[in-house]
Amino acid sequence: MNNLRRKEFPWAMMFLAPSIAGVIAFVIFPVFFALAMAFTNWDLTHREPLAFIGLDNFRRLLWGDESPRFWKSAINTLYLAMGVPVSIAGSLMLALMLAGPVGGSNGHARAGRKVMLGACGLGFAGVVILLMRGWTDAAFLAGLFFTICVAGAAIGSVFFRTLFYLPYFTSGVALFILWKHLYHPDIGPINAGLSFLIEHIQAIIPGISAAKVELPKWLSSVNNLWGMAPETMSPSKQFFGLGARDAILIMGIWCTIGGNNMLLFLAGLGNVPKTLYESAAIDGAGRWATFREVTWPHLAPTTFFILIISAMACFQGGFEQARVMTQGGPAGTTVTLGYQLYIVGFEEFRLGLASAISWIIFLITLIFTLAGWRFGNRYFDGEIES
Amino acid sequence: MTARESYFNPSSRSTAKSLIRLIVLALIAMVMGLPFFWMVLTSLKPFAEAEQTHLIPKQLQRDNYSVVLNLKSPREPGQDKLNIHFGRWYFNSIFIASWVTLLQLITSAMAAYAFSRLHWPGRDKVFLTYLSTMMIPGLMLMIPNYLIMVKLQLVNTYSGLIIPAAFSAFGTFLLRQFMLSIPTSLDEAAQMDGASPWQIFTEIILPLSRPGIITLAIFTFLGNYASFFWPLIMIKDSWLYTLPIGMLTFDSTFGRQTHLLMAAAVMNVAPLIVLFVLLQKHLVRGVQLKRP
Repeated sequence: MNNLRRKEFPWAMMFLAPSIAGVIAFVIFPVFFALAMAFTNWDLTHREPLAFIGLDNFRRLLWGDESPRFWKSAINTLYLAMGVPVSIAGSLMLALMLAGPVGGSNGHARAGRKVMLGACGLGFAGVVILLMRGWTDAAFLAGLFFTICVAGAAIGSVFFRTLFYLPYFTSGVALFILWKHLYHPDIGPINAGLSFLIEHIQAIIPGISAAKVELPKWLSSVNNLWGMAPETMSPSKQFFGLGARDAILIMGIWCTIGGNNMLLFLAGLGNVPKTLYESAAIDGAGRWATFREVTWPHLAPTTFFILIISAMACFQGGFEQARVMTQGGPAGTTVTLGYQLYIVGFEEFRLGLASAISWIIFLITLIFTLAGWRFGNRYFDGEIES
Repeated sequence: MTARESYFNPSSRSTAKSLIRLIVLALIAMVMGLPFFWMVLTSLKPFAEAEQTHLIPKQLQRDNYSVVLNLKSPREPGQDKLNIHFGRWYFNSIFIASWVTLLQLITSAMAAYAFSRLHWPGRDKVFLTYLSTMMIPGLMLMIPNYLIMVKLQLVNTYSGLIIPAAFSAFGTFLLRQFMLSIPTSLDEAAQMDGASPWQIFTEIILPLSRPGIITLAIFTFLGNYASFFWPLIMIKDSWLYTLPIGMLTFDSTFGRQTHLLMAAAVMNVAPLIVLFVLLQKHLVRGVQLKRP
């Protein structure tokens, strides 16, 4: 064995050389460089001579002169993190709907399909009527709905899985620009849809028709669900509502709900032994009891893993969306930690201070990683055995 | 597979319930899909109609696409051709993402082979170091790497975008996991016949790792096609913009021209949708393989 090791060592070095050289040059060296920078007042505009200043950058960020901006971006990041559990719960629900426990017979499926095709036939008749009356938009929406139903019934859950995954797969600047226009307060379809709904609800329930409902201003509003004032961050009724942060949060849920998390949940559900469902059914367990006793224990490790990964991504993220949709505004309410790093580093050129921010972000994610590792190793071993 | 059966035969065994499930799923699919449909429909509207909220264009204006590609002047009077290079950005993005994908596959596959198949002292320690670099946030590397690029005079070049992205600890990890699942009896037999590690790598391991390589290729290509932060700080010259950066400037200069922006967005997203539909199977398997 030792002989083999010696013989293969040169080969191993040859295979490793390109990758190791790159990782050292562009990952390992930069990390230590960033660490060193964080202890200097390095500033590309040369406001002061370069010097080692110890932990002063961290002091300035955490309770010194930079702290208001820093904590504001930290709170904005935390606010967006509200979307993480919502998105994960949504992914789980979608996965459960797409992969319901198997049972019943094939003949039954055929009967079900007939009923569905019949219902969809009626639906298409409705679409034709809408078209004849000249309501093209309504006809389009109804037609789309029934097309999705028919395609879903014909292709099965793969059809929905594909559709749900699409926003995640294509997410990027183009979709952020798309959402910026969807959120337009006057001509955007979201507010158009909301005002349509409100009008009709008011028509049905006469009591509330007097109340004038104000539509959210979305990306140009500092309102939020915690009612935080944009500068002082203290709660105030005046700022309660839906604003830029909520807009980004909702879009984030739309982007991630059907993404990798859903696929991981689907894989996790596939690993639950079918016999357990059968015995649960024999024991007469209800839906909720089956979920809690059979499904959830198998999904808990996956959920934990997803939670860690998503939390890490959340504390580093938010820059791209905010840069494209709001440029950090209004009143700096969409500046996340990552965005703050960009502003300090690449707009104000204060590299020392920016490196300190990057180290704080790293330490936050490190906490999640360590938690994930403690738990993840156990999970990993289990995966290999099964 | 059983997807279809499981979908029509929920435990409840009742057709009504599976019909309700279908309707709920279809409603969610509407919410997920409508932004895309709105994007396509708006991209076909004339300017005046894009300012209104109806969905279906009363008058189709397919010119929007050629206007964005700079082949035609906008219909609205008094306007010249847009001063953007959309076609060039398209090329840049695909060119850069392809190069990064190719290089990253080569470096990762070679390293993965050394980590999974060859025996050498300290192998596991080095691999653990590799793994631990995966938890370093990309944000942290931006400033030092930018300074390195300044030193190497690669700012505002293709190489500056391609070279730092050509190495990946994650790719190495993914392919190593995949190669570990290939039975060792194959390369042992080849070794008996006197094949060198390089021959074993190119003739046995690489062909057998194809599914893993395809998965990594998709993710790498996708990640670099959509890459934003790094090109944003690296590229100053509008001829060298990638699509995301180009889209950003397009949006900030022509923000009111919703119909043109949506035409650009459709063209931006279209290759991804094609890629996705073609490679869906690999992708789903890949994600499930990605679990550490």
